[in-house]
Amino acid sequence: MSEAPDNPSSKRALPAFPVAASKALENAQLRRNMRKATSTIREKRTRAVAEMPDWEELREAGHRIKENVLRSLDTYLLELEASVQAAGGQVHWARDAQEANDIIGQIATKHAAREVIKVKSLTTDEIRLNSALKARGIEAIETDLAELIIQLAGEGSSHILVPAIHKNRAEIRELFLKKLDVDQLTDEPRDLTNAARSHLRRKFLSTPVAISGTNFAVAETGSVCVVESEGNGRMCLTLPRVLISVMGIEKVIPTWQDLEVFLQLLPRSSTAERMNPYTSIWTGVHPNDGPQEFHLVLLDNGRTRVLADTVGRQALHCIRCSACLNICPVYSRTGGHAYNSVYPGPIGAILTPQLLGLERAGSLPYASSLCGACYDVCPVKINIPQVLISLRGQVVRQKQRSRRLRDRTNPEAIVMRVIARIFANRTRYEQAQHLAQIGQLPIKHGEFIEKLPGELGNWTIMRDMTAVPPQSFRDWWRTHQQEQNRPEDKSE
Amino acid sequence: MNTEPSARAEILRHIRTALQDVSLSRQPGLTEIVRNYRHQSTLERAEILENFIEHVTDYKVTVRQVERTSLPEAISKACAAHNIQRLVIPADLPENWLPPHVELLGDYPYLTSEQLDTSDGVLTGCALGISQTGTIVLDGGATQGRRTLTLLPDYHLCVIFAEQIVDLVPEAIARLSQAVGANHRPITFISGPSATSDIELNRVEGVHGPRTLEVLLVH
Repeated sequence: MSEAPDNPSSKRALPAFPVAASKALENAQLRRNMRKATSTIREKRTRAVAEMPDWEELREAGHRIKENVLRSLDTYLLELEASVQAAGGQVHWARDAQEANDIIGQIATKHAAREVIKVKSLTTDEIRLNSALKARGIEAIETDLAELIIQLAGEGSSHILVPAIHKNRAEIRELFLKKLDVDQLTDEPRDLTNAARSHLRRKFLSTPVAISGTNFAVAETGSVCVVESEGNGRMCLTLPRVLISVMGIEKVIPTWQDLEVFLQLLPRSSTAERMNPYTSIWTGVHPNDGPQEFHLVLLDNGRTRVLADTVGRQALHCIRCSACLNICPVYSRTGGHAYNSVYPGPIGAILTPQLLGLERAGSLPYASSLCGACYDVCPVKINIPQVLISLRGQVVRQKQRSRRLRDRTNPEAIVMRVIARIFANRTRYEQAQHLAQIGQLPIKHGEFIEKLPGELGNWTIMRDMTAVPPQSFRDWWRTHQQEQNRPEDKSE
Repeated sequence: MNTEPSARAEILRHIRTALQDVSLSRQPGLTEIVRNYRHQSTLERAEILENFIEHVTDYKVTVRQVERTSLPEAISKACAAHNIQRLVIPADLPENWLPPHVELLGDYPYLTSEQLDTSDGVLTGCALGISQTGTIVLDGGATQGRRTLTLLPDYHLCVIFAEQIVDLVPEAIARLSQAVGANHRPITFISGPSATSDIELNRVEGVHGPRTLEVLLVH
């Protein structure tokens, strides 16, 4: 994944979403896989959430807790640092990807590790940890089944939660036969899973250093929480001598009690289960039980920049459940690769441009129909459409600033200026309406305009436009009022 | 790693600059968090137990209900049914839980990972159970042992007493606060055997953790 476009140290812009999306849409297999996967998990989620009479109250609490964390992020991070240290852990701070990778690489090198085992972690994907370790001669072995699949295939993830959602069983069987040490293999999911189990068991038992992400870290107690399904997480968190956990600074939560909210919201929103199979919570180092050296790496990597945006900062509430991906009409057709980012889907459309800067990912805020389904399913109530619109505004203003001169003659800008003048004044608005009623006659078919002339035709390539009706509401209202006021209507 | 102190200072400075608009109410706790969700169960005891059994069973786990006096017999039977010959046990299991005719691997002195990996199963108690989610919680306390004990063996037989079962997640979190806050004990939530849905979203039970989990519910 060395050429990944969202490499945080690169300054290169991501490929524009519409271009990448139309390429993805040409892949019929991908579209079938995506449709099946997202619709299955959507239905399951609806059932899991319907079981909870207090779901809305939990969402509200989750939202408030996250809001509260961000308002005092510095205080909570310092509290977390102190509690982790008091429990025997070591805390490191990393401004960016390179700094985090250096810290992790140095720890691994100190323990002479040639291989490290990894629990699935988006944050380590974000900082391209695996390739940074490779440069130091250390191989990072992904232990989550889906991560293993895409690592073996040399591909990137297409879904936060089920990274290999774009691959079907036949494709996975081919891959395992080629890359794992197996002779015979059916394409039954159970068989494929067992092949991965025996391949990884040896690694779990022999590798001295493990790396994980962090779902939640409790400032009050210094406890770190990782939720998972397969048990690869528990293996990595308990068997090696040394454990390094990376966390985005926004993952801190204030109190132990706060966990009760997120441990209810997360599983039902993500895998649509009452509870995920395994949740591990550890507090520093436990004598004779698990790793005897624990490092927590606190990562900024653009997050404080997101925090400075008063509208956009709510993207930092995200608990990475992926409910917004599965519900999104855009994502469920294009799949994750079109977003060219570790964070795809609606949350990626607001998080990636903020983390990388709009100049590099300015097309992503447009990768949405603004239908708002993502907001409805978000367990911590991130108002994704609101942030999308705010970011679109920033993209436009940025373009205006960088191309001031050309802008004066840009047709879109001219049209927008004229429209702004028309909407600002009632008389002008009504005159424009009357003009349009007459002007549209040659191009109108029934109630619709199927093709606008000239440059404006771009608007109608993909959609019909509703024609201006023969009578506007204002006209109707005036006539109606006149009729009401006629003397013969008054019966008294 | 001499860059660290400055990284810390710089991140904190960036946070404070970013938050200038909220400086008026920056004290933690000033934004009130409304916790209107359920904290205390309103269900009858019998219903809580019934739900626990149903929800644990939903994860394809066998739950057997036994009387206190017949627990030793139930343990023996379960071991025999799974042909367990080498059984891992935490060092502090009650004497009368230990099944006869089975080689017992007590975890003191500590067993190696290889010994655990080549055993047939493990027998433990637990800290509590959560009915709402069908979850068993281990907190490293009595009868539970180290975390690897319940991870490497392929079969986990877990004993839970009816009075250990709470209804809601918040009730469980409250009960665990002492173990975490004061005693820094590691916590593991177990909801069914390990599982994956990574291949075409088909659920497969049994990946890296024990592939079989069985529960003895003692009344």
